[in-house]
Amino acid sequence: MSSIAVSTTINDDDVEFLCQPDETLLDVLRNRLGLMGAKEGCGTGDCGACSAIVDGRVVCSCLVLGAEAQGRTIETIEGMANGSELHPLQRKFIEHAALQCGICTPGFLMAAKALLEVNPDPTETEIRFWLAGNLCRCTGYDKIVRAVQDAAAEMRGENA
Amino acid sequence: MSFDAAYQDQKLKSVGTRPLRPDGVDKVTGRARYGADFNMPGQLVARILRSPHAHARIKSIDTNRAEAVKGVKAIITAADLPDLTNGDAGTYAILDNCMAREKAMYDGHAVAAVAAIDEHAARKALKFIEVEYEVLPHVTDVDAAMEDDAPLVKDDVFTTGVEPAPTKPSNIANRAEFGHGDVEKGFGAADVIVERSYKTEQTHQGYIEPHACVANCNSDGSAELWVCTQGHFVYRQNCADLLGLEVSKLRVTSSEIGGGFGGKTHVWAEPVALALSRKAGRPVKLVMSREEVFRASGPTSATSIDVRIGATKDGKITAAEATLRYASGPYADMWAELGAMTSFACYDLENVKTVGLEILVNRPKTTAYRAPSAPMAAFAVESAIDELAHKIDMDAVDFRIKNAASEGTKSSYGPVYGPIGIGPTLRAAKEHPHMSAPLGKNQGRGMACGFWFNFGGQTCTDLNVNADGTVTLAVGTVDVGGSRASLSLIAAEELGIEYQDIKAVIADTATLGYNDMTDGSRGTFSTSMATISAARNAITVMRERAALTWDIPVEDVYWEDGHAHAAGAKHDNRAPLSVKELAAEAGNTGGPIAGHSELVADGAGVSFATHICDIEVDPETGSSRVVRYTVIQDAGKAVHPSYVEGQYQGGAAQGIGWALNEEYIYGEDGRLQNPGFLDYRIPVCSDLPMIDTQILEIPNPNHPYGVRGVGETSIVPPLAAIANAVSNAVGVRMAHIPISPPRILAALTDAADG
Repeated sequence: MSSIAVSTTINDDDVEFLCQPDETLLDVLRNRLGLMGAKEGCGTGDCGACSAIVDGRVVCSCLVLGAEAQGRTIETIEGMANGSELHPLQRKFIEHAALQCGICTPGFLMAAKALLEVNPDPTETEIRFWLAGNLCRCTGYDKIVRAVQDAAAEMRGENA
Repeated sequence: MSFDAAYQDQKLKSVGTRPLRPDGVDKVTGRARYGADFNMPGQLVARILRSPHAHARIKSIDTNRAEAVKGVKAIITAADLPDLTNGDAGTYAILDNCMAREKAMYDGHAVAAVAAIDEHAARKALKFIEVEYEVLPHVTDVDAAMEDDAPLVKDDVFTTGVEPAPTKPSNIANRAEFGHGDVEKGFGAADVIVERSYKTEQTHQGYIEPHACVANCNSDGSAELWVCTQGHFVYRQNCADLLGLEVSKLRVTSSEIGGGFGGKTHVWAEPVALALSRKAGRPVKLVMSREEVFRASGPTSATSIDVRIGATKDGKITAAEATLRYASGPYADMWAELGAMTSFACYDLENVKTVGLEILVNRPKTTAYRAPSAPMAAFAVESAIDELAHKIDMDAVDFRIKNAASEGTKSSYGPVYGPIGIGPTLRAAKEHPHMSAPLGKNQGRGMACGFWFNFGGQTCTDLNVNADGTVTLAVGTVDVGGSRASLSLIAAEELGIEYQDIKAVIADTATLGYNDMTDGSRGTFSTSMATISAARNAITVMRERAALTWDIPVEDVYWEDGHAHAAGAKHDNRAPLSVKELAAEAGNTGGPIAGHSELVADGAGVSFATHICDIEVDPETGSSRVVRYTVIQDAGKAVHPSYVEGQYQGGAAQGIGWALNEEYIYGEDGRLQNPGFLDYRIPVCSDLPMIDTQILEIPNPNHPYGVRGVGETSIVPPLAAIANAVSNAVGVRMAHIPISPPRILAALTDAADG
């Protein structure tokens, strides 16, 4: 198989790479671009550990082909903080002890970020259903939901 | 050096606070490195060929065509892992499980492995490996395996623990009995007896991170292994044993671990990766797929349990008996024994008898899963206890309180209890607002208790005071849920310095003495003991340095609030010396300041919990939803309460999944039909409510701060709490876990049909 040349934007940077036609975006991110924050928990789109945002939409990067990144705008966990300043969601996840082992955390943060961009004031139920595509086996989700609620409130300017 | 582990009632400054975890930023920025996040120069990619048969003799394996695939650098079979076990049956079972030798014992059993320059070449090569199998009859169900005409999983296993020793091989690998008193006499004194059989299906720990490692064997006999594991020292020993390596030449580094729950306590892929690396002469990376994790790592036992309990009309249990059958896969372990030990541990019983039977089946080797074996036993016993309370028209909590074990009770498995938390958790449950909250239509409430032993074990820790007065704490127990935070709190407490000035790291096997793995809820319990001991040793050094600095006897120097103080009136005018000041002068007073500790952490306090659960059932579809859940558990002393709550909530969530949805489904062909998260459904965020927690602190007398392990007990009560809640909601006793919608619907239909 011959490789495909892809030009894309990842975390505001112009990126070019070669990939195989059957190579997933997740494999490209991890193996070709060194962006290992996205994790492979299942490879079948069931766990959300590989969540990335493509053109504003949360996707399982294991279900997207690397070649599909052509011309798109991609966000990964590596671009979430502004330099050394954590995104409110990142800060609140730490403050609320919303992670234990942490393997699902990048995926939850990407999904939660996308949620708050379309719905800055979600109800608990809306948070729970939005995050239902991300599996966490450690926390029982309680502290994750609270962290998202608190981050949302802060981002709305209610915690000041 | 002797270490006094006795509990001392004291005011604690750091322990019990909730600082930010030290590994938090790495984990929220995607920088934390897990098993699959590490690479070595020139590394190969490995893939494993697995048996499609549940039971088959391997007649031949031809790798010639596979070896010819371009890019393939090494192929191994069992022949490349010669038997070096010297008759050690336990090690041989590990070897056989890593790579099938004469027979494939289950669907997914490894039979060969390939290392190639990339994934494509490795996968292509797998297709060209020709294995000739003679398919044998198989058995996957625990009860079917006990039938007289069941296919024999192993023809050289004779039931142990029975007299006289059997002469015929059996799928019953061992029998273990516990108890005291005379149960038949006890049943004679009972007014009411409940007797019922229960089943639980096999579940998996479901850690989100598949097993992953990078192995590198050098031609000089040295080797290194990067791996996600709960115990890198144990993995080192296992791999060295299986491959004939010198322990000192195999350096194992534990990665961040993406969940384990007991499932990362055994080697599977690691010896294979090392053998491939040895053969290829290059580093090898081996990452399991999710399907492989389900088919070929170590889920927990499916069980079949009979319980019989008798009580008087006024609510005193007179006798209790259980027979517990635990499927262990093709290799016997002690799962049934643990079930038999834990089943009645919550109660003060005059007459009790439990029998555990370890059953071999053609399923993957059973491994530990969080309080291994206890949840199934608790499901059966706590269901029967509930039924009995109903029968004598007594409140389920009051009935348990009346029969609860307490300090001085001889436990059903032998030892006499010290101060324990079962009574207090029950009384807290009785008073909890959850217990009296109104229930809606189609809702039911259930509660249940749970017990777990907790373990201690071998532990080794280094505490180094750096030149700037900060402290590096090197521990050898893998951090599975926040122990670097809790251990930093412990070191800060003991030294009298700030939490922020401690940096805890997990040392690799070459830089610290042996540590048992993080299991048995021992991470914070045992390593905090070693940390306290190491800190006290460092304080001794610092007192000596202060004495030298002041030129006074060391006996006149005491340690308080992070400073050396000169005691007595004659030294009054000396300002105390801080850790920072002592560290700065260390080069002039005798060199670096450090404290070391090695110990066996005895006295892990037993742990008890009581859970309350409300369930709503849709009678038309049989679907159910947890609407409220409360965990009450004794922590001894909660070192970092947020992470204690996290353990409570996480265990409850796993138990809820186990109770309602999760199960291994095998076809008639002995193949696993649902090896993925779509069909093996663990709870998702929208399935659960907030999980309320209440931490009780009944100090463990055998730990300086009273700490008990907290990681496991929270998974013990949920199966029964949910079964009791559903049974109360639908009016039919649910005795088969998982209580999935089809089972609820079938129970409702049966009840309606009378």
